[in-house]
Amino acid sequence: MGANHDDHHHAPDGRGRALRLGVGGPVGSGKTALVAALCRALGRTLSLGVVTNDIYTTEDADFLRRAGVLDEERILAVETGCCPHTAIRDDIAANLDAVETLEHRFGPLDLVIVESGGDNLTATFSRGLADRQIFVLDVSGGDKVPRKGGPGVTTSDLLVVNKTDLAPLVGADLDVMARDARTVRGERPVLFTSIRQEPTAAAVATWVSDQVHAWSHDHAVPVS
Amino acid sequence: MNPALLLLTDSRLPAGGHAHSGGAERAIASGAVRDVPSLEAFLRGRLHTTGTATAALTAAVCAEAASAEPRWAALDAEVDARTASPAQREASTTQGRLLLRVARRVWPSPVLDGLARATPSPHHPLALGVAAHAAGATPGEAALAAAYHAVSGAATAAVRLLGLDPVAVHGLLADLAPDLAAVAAQAGLAAGAAGWEALPAGSAPALDLIAEQHAQAAVRLFVS
Amino acid sequence: MRASAAVATALTGDGRTIIRRLASAPPLTLRQTGPRAVHLISTAAGPLGGDRLALDVDVAPYTTLELGSVAGTLVLPGDGASEMLVTARVGAGATLRFAPEPTVLAAGCDHRLLVRLTLEADADVFWREEIVFGRHGESPGRCHARFDATCDGLPLLRQEFTIGDPALDASPAVYGTARCVGTTFLTARTDKPTVSDGVAVLPLAGPGTLVSALAADAVELRSRLEWGEQTALTPAPTSPR
Repeated sequence: MGANHDDHHHAPDGRGRALRLGVGGPVGSGKTALVAALCRALGRTLSLGVVTNDIYTTEDADFLRRAGVLDEERILAVETGCCPHTAIRDDIAANLDAVETLEHRFGPLDLVIVESGGDNLTATFSRGLADRQIFVLDVSGGDKVPRKGGPGVTTSDLLVVNKTDLAPLVGADLDVMARDARTVRGERPVLFTSIRQEPTAAAVATWVSDQVHAWSHDHAVPVS
Repeated sequence: MNPALLLLTDSRLPAGGHAHSGGAERAIASGAVRDVPSLEAFLRGRLHTTGTATAALTAAVCAEAASAEPRWAALDAEVDARTASPAQREASTTQGRLLLRVARRVWPSPVLDGLARATPSPHHPLALGVAAHAAGATPGEAALAAAYHAVSGAATAAVRLLGLDPVAVHGLLADLAPDLAAVAAQAGLAAGAAGWEALPAGSAPALDLIAEQHAQAAVRLFVS
Repeated sequence: MRASAAVATALTGDGRTIIRRLASAPPLTLRQTGPRAVHLISTAAGPLGGDRLALDVDVAPYTTLELGSVAGTLVLPGDGASEMLVTARVGAGATLRFAPEPTVLAAGCDHRLLVRLTLEADADVFWREEIVFGRHGESPGRCHARFDATCDGLPLLRQEFTIGDPALDASPAVYGTARCVGTTFLTARTDKPTVSDGVAVLPLAGPGTLVSALAADAVELRSRLEWGEQTALTPAPTSPR
C-alpha cells in the first residue's frame, strides 16, 4: 500500500464521503466472490473502491484484480499482523488509511467495500470503519450456524447465506436457516445466494445499492 | 508520569501498530529468533541501536513542539538520514501517519494540525513526539514511549508467530525496564544538549537487511 | 600520540587535478601513488589506546582523488581510548573514492572511528568502510563508529555502530552471527532496494545509496560489498559470488 502525501483525514461524521461497507464472515464462505459480484453488478453505475484484509499475502486482492471486475488500482490490500479481526474492529487505523487513500485518489467515490480477512463468527466491523456490514455464511458450515448466532450473524445489517446450491449435498435445510436467522435477527434482512450460479448476486447488489442511495441522501454536504 | 503516556504506549492504541513486527516476522522466518532467549537478544539489540536514535529524535521533536515555529521538515530529514532502509522509512512514515490521525482526534491541538500540514506522513518519532507534547508529556516521557515502542511491537508479534508463552515474554519486557529507562534518559539528555545533527544515530545492519527481505517476501502477515 | 595528516587537491588552469597538499604525521603517512591517487601507509603500529589521529581530506571542486591504504588498520589496546577522525570535504562536481583496507579491532581495544563527510552539489563519492571484529579467533575490543554525511548542508546519512558488547553484537537485530560489518556510501542514486545474502542496496531518502553488508570474514565482506556496489552502479542485478 502506498503512502499518500496529503492531509485528507475525513471528519468522523461521514459527511461528504462514500458509504463504507464491511463484508465479513468465516474463511471460505465466499466473501471475495461476493465482493467481486458486487463490483460486477454496481461497477458501471457507482464509483467503487475495495480494501482487502488478507490473512496471508495479497491473495484476495490478487483474485479481485485478476477477476477484472474493477480497475486494479482501486483495490488496496492491508496486512493484519496475524489478527484480521483486530484490523477491522479494535485498531482500524490501517483500514481507515486505505479507505481514505482510495477516496483521495479516485474520489468522490460512492462506495468503499472493506472485506475482512476470514475469521470466526465473533468478528464484526467497528462502526468507526464500516457504516454498514454484511456477514457472509455458507451452507456447508451446517444449518445450525444461524441458530448459534454470534455478533456477525445477529448484528450485521445484512446476513447473506451463500452456496445454496450445495445445500442438498451437505444436508443443510435452508428453511431452518431462514427461521433461525429470523429468530436471532428480528427484522434485519437475510438473503440466500449462490454466487457460483448467479455471479452478480442481484438481490445483494440491490440491497447495497439502496444503502448507498440512502447514505448519500443523508450525508450530502449541505450547499451553503 | 503523565497518564497520557499510558495511552500512547498501550498496544491497544488504535494507530495501526499491531500490524508491524519491527522485523520480528522475518527474523522468525529465518530462524534467527526462535524462542524467548533469542527474542530477548533481538529486542535488546533493537532497543540499543535504532531504539536509541528514535528515542532521542522523539524527545527532540517533543521539545520542538513547544516552539512557536517548529522546524518539522528539518527534523523529518534527520530521521530520514538515520533510516537507510527504504522499507524501514516506509514503515516509519506509515505508522507516523496513522498515529497522527489518531492523535488529532484524541488530543486535538494546533501543533498536531501544524505537523499534519507540514508533513502529512511524518516519521513515527515526529508523530509520537508531537502527540506526547499535545497530551502534556515531557520530552523525557516521550523518549520513554519511543523506547518502549521499539520493543513492544516485536515482542507481541513473536508471541503471535511463535506461540511463545505471553507471560514469559512480558517477563522479558519487564527485565528490559532498566534498559528502557537508561535509553530514555540518555535520549532526553541528548535532545536537550547539542544540535539535532549530533543526536544518536544507532544503526542495526541486520534489521536493515531483514526489513528489505520482508518487503520483498511473497508471504507475510505483518507490514514490517 | 596525536597526529594530523591532510591531503588536498587543486584544479590546474587546464582542468587537471593536482595533489596540492600532502601532510603526513606518523603513524599516518601519506604517499602519492598516482596522478590523482594517494595511499595511507602505516609507519607505526596502531592506532594504540590513547592515540588521537586525524585525517583531513579536501577535494576541490571539479577535481578527483582516490584514497586507499596499503594494509588494514589493526586497532590495539593501550593507555585509554584511541580515536580516528576523518573529515572530508568534497566540492561541487568533485570526485572522491575512499576505499581503505579494513579496520581490525584487536582484543582489548577501545576505539572511536568518526567520519564527517561534507558534500557540495554534484559531488561524486564512493566511501567504503569495513570493520572486522578481532583477528582470527579473537574477541574484539570496543569500537564506536559514527558516520555523518551532509549534502549542501542537509543531512544525508547518519549512522552509528557499536561493537564490543557480546550480548548486543550477537543480537539477531544487530550483527547476528557475522564477524564483520561493512558499508559503502555512494552518491549514485538507485531506483529500488535490492537484497541478497548478507547485503542490501539501500536507496537513501536523499541523493545517495548505502550498500550495507554483514559477513563471516573479511573476504566474504568485500565480495558482498562489491556485489552491492556493482548493483548500485549498474541497473541489472547479478548474484554474489
